[in-house]
Amino acid sequence: MSTRGHEAELFETDVLIIGGGVTGTGVMRDLALRGIRCLLIDRRDLNAGASGGNHGLLHSGGRYASADTETATECRQEGAILKRLAAECIDDCGGLFVAVEGDDIDYAERFPERCAAAGIPCEPLTPAAARELEPGLSDKAFAVYQVPDATVDPFRLTLENVNHAQQLSDSQYLPHTEVTDFEMDDHGAITATLCRNNRSGELRRIRASQVVNAGGAWAMEIARMAGCSDVSLIYSKGTLIISNIRLSDRVINRLRPPGDGDILVPGGTVSVLGTTSDNVESLERIRPTVDEVERNLAQGAMMMPRLDHTRFIRAFSGVRPLLQASGAGSDGRKASRGFTLFDHESQGLSNFATITGGKLTTFRLMAEKTGDLVAARLGVDTPCRTATEPLPSGDAIRWTEPGFAARYWYNRRDPKDMILCECEMVPQSAIDQIVEAAPGAEEKMSLEAIGLRSRVGKGSCQGSFCAIRVGSYLYERGVYDSPDGLRQMRNFVDGRFKGVRPVLWGEQMTQMELAEALHCGLMGLDKIGSNEPGSGE
Amino acid sequence: MQQKPRAYEVQLAVIGSGLAGFAASIFALERGLSTAQVGNTGAVAYTTGYLDLLGYHPVTGQQMLHDPWQGLETLRRDEPGHPYALIRNDEIADAFHLFTRAVSDMGVNYSAPGENNLAALTPSGTFKPTLSVPLTMLPGVEAHRRAARTRIVDILGLKGFSAREVVANLQDSWPGLSAVTINFPGMESGSQVYPEVMARALQVPAERELFAQQLREVAGDAEYLGLPAIMGIHEPDAVHNDLERLSGLRLFEIPTMPPAVAGIRLREAFEQIFPERGLLLIPQQKVDRVTPEADGTTLRLKDSYGDVSIHAQAVILATGRFLSGGLEALRDGVREALLNLPVTQPEGREAWYRERYFDPRGHLVNRAGIEIDPQFRPLGRDGKPASKRLFAAGVILAHQDWIRQRCGAGIAIASAYKAVESAAAMLTRQT
Repeated sequence: MSTRGHEAELFETDVLIIGGGVTGTGVMRDLALRGIRCLLIDRRDLNAGASGGNHGLLHSGGRYASADTETATECRQEGAILKRLAAECIDDCGGLFVAVEGDDIDYAERFPERCAAAGIPCEPLTPAAARELEPGLSDKAFAVYQVPDATVDPFRLTLENVNHAQQLSDSQYLPHTEVTDFEMDDHGAITATLCRNNRSGELRRIRASQVVNAGGAWAMEIARMAGCSDVSLIYSKGTLIISNIRLSDRVINRLRPPGDGDILVPGGTVSVLGTTSDNVESLERIRPTVDEVERNLAQGAMMMPRLDHTRFIRAFSGVRPLLQASGAGSDGRKASRGFTLFDHESQGLSNFATITGGKLTTFRLMAEKTGDLVAARLGVDTPCRTATEPLPSGDAIRWTEPGFAARYWYNRRDPKDMILCECEMVPQSAIDQIVEAAPGAEEKMSLEAIGLRSRVGKGSCQGSFCAIRVGSYLYERGVYDSPDGLRQMRNFVDGRFKGVRPVLWGEQMTQMELAEALHCGLMGLDKIGSNEPGSGE
Repeated sequence: MQQKPRAYEVQLAVIGSGLAGFAASIFALERGLSTAQVGNTGAVAYTTGYLDLLGYHPVTGQQMLHDPWQGLETLRRDEPGHPYALIRNDEIADAFHLFTRAVSDMGVNYSAPGENNLAALTPSGTFKPTLSVPLTMLPGVEAHRRAARTRIVDILGLKGFSAREVVANLQDSWPGLSAVTINFPGMESGSQVYPEVMARALQVPAERELFAQQLREVAGDAEYLGLPAIMGIHEPDAVHNDLERLSGLRLFEIPTMPPAVAGIRLREAFEQIFPERGLLLIPQQKVDRVTPEADGTTLRLKDSYGDVSIHAQAVILATGRFLSGGLEALRDGVREALLNLPVTQPEGREAWYRERYFDPRGHLVNRAGIEIDPQFRPLGRDGKPASKRLFAAGVILAHQDWIRQRCGAGIAIASAYKAVESAAAMLTRQT
């Protein structure tokens, strides 16, 4: 598929997809199911943007029922499809909408009829009955409704998309490959896409019949690089925090117009509280702040008072790419959660499309619409199959599921298979499988890439111990054979710190002091260079 | 059965069982003070075993300080609030000599603190600038200095220690370095092995013979073998010497990740020897209450036998930082956990940490801590000593960054020396 030229490594494919989030990988799988060969690239790695920086909430649609019936309906339909076809990625835990003292009574009362308009099942509960189900709920709750919310593991979803596409066709995924330029002919066709490998610095040249821009928040920049000015996005930064225990069985939503800290989503053994919404001008240096954490907590504690006494293990941020619709103004919370597919024909381009906006919950539909356009352009009339074809799992892509590694390890009963990440019980054999066969696996795979494909570093130690243990194991296996392995450890813990920093108090502070003593005092990681290209992200 | 509450009367009570607490007890016993030591075990469980004085100044420097004594002079000029600014070099040297001699007497021998920092090996194949190292680790410093033919040995089943990692990071500057993996005798199954378990096994002579044979078999043409720190818990030097004799090789230890034996050695030596020397030692128990009285201070705590009260003429607070519980980080600020002494700290959590973890300047919250006067008495909210009987030592003191400056042991030892000196002077004045 690739040949190395004098200057740039050359790749040829039918469709180039830019962006390894749920949408881009969804398009990859959609096209592969139609027999179309794809090359997927991402400037960093899978789910590096909003696909990895969200609640993991599979919306019932209730959240949008009051303001946007169309999005609410799409969420309901797509949620049902995913529950059927990707059950292993989903915890069908249900959800509650809860209004507490001080919230708008009228808004709460209108909720059932708004849900009905979008076809969303919605059962009223008395506050007392709701507290039976969720004892952590505030005793100031006055209205509660039950809806079919669920949670989804976006990492597993993305890995399964890529894995399936690779099985189906000669499709391929290249991480840390950033578009630097497009070459056009006189008829408005992109003839080649020029990229840089952000790890090696080498150039890559990709020839494809069709180019799909699924860059998420970066879609506007990518479209502009191709000379298109029709994509206009608002960047809405959202920050969420992760507790060290699961605080509720169900998704808990605040029943009011969307605001800070109004959704608490369980995920395996933890819960995620979010989210703030602040418009930002730039996509660089996106990181959670102390202020955002405090805003989430102040509001979240009104629904679930115990949040005030909970230990949090990290915060994280994502940027929602919101489509700027005429007249909607710039309020990120009011902007549409809908998506748009741009064929860019009005911009004079014939083989370029951009898909952006939308939600994690509706990614499959977004991929379907994109797949329809691309297939038609290629003259392929095979219809979309993603609404009926289940997502297959595989050995190397099971490791993002909380608790899976522990069950696997226990059932295998192999004492030689040592646990390297003790918080999440990730054994050596998991690392072996990921390094050998996970989508995007490569030589001298980074610890960050391994972390993305597993639970390594996700527990309460946030990588302080496991970075060292996994790093040493990879040295012992010969995967690392130079000081670059130490730089991998350094980059990994540096990356985790970004999320830990705003939740450092209490026990997490104690953990941090130990981590710093280990990383600097024992290992000397503060005094080695960190000169890997692209590590400044 | 509930025993009768026990009440003790001592001249000095040391609160904290980390390096600073133990150092304070050593210095107090040397001065003949009747002393009690209580309180949680500190970060000593996490120590490499190296006793750092000052490794980097300025903290952003990439080059380790060759002459830490010179570095201290510069540090005092650049950071006049640093605890070292209150201690002269000759006092620090005295403190280090007294401490290392006392610890050596307890069976854990240390190299004599010298003029220059040693470049001590780490398990990542980097070097740590430090002043004094256990004799079990010292040959590693020599081997590196001589670039001798050396083989790093790791042990099947020991996590977080890779001989190949050490070699991969040093091979460019140390061509005679190689790596090998061995089985620990009796633990060949490949399942996890623990440094402490191996160290205790090597206390047994027959075990040492088997292990030395393993070492001989893999030594090749190496003159030195570098091992993870596992050569015994009690009197490790005897274990080390015996293994060298049996194997005919020069051996050295490299610190491992916690839980590591270097800290266990120190703690067990202290806990065994101190009571023999007349120290009232109640380790691992948290002091519940400190009550100032006209003629002293009473500490109250509980241990597994019931209530204990200790009435002391002077108290040294050596409770450490967050890890040992001396400082507490709350959402709205850092507080001193036992006495609620004022803590100098950055304004607000956003200012605690810099954006990048490895920012070479270090994090501001790490310089938070309690203020002291030149007699090492903690200051109260009015800026005056909180009590004439209260002294403080160790990394709870403000205006230092023990991790990044590589000065944790030095601050513990030197400030304990000064705190004891001031406490003794106060006790003398009183009588």
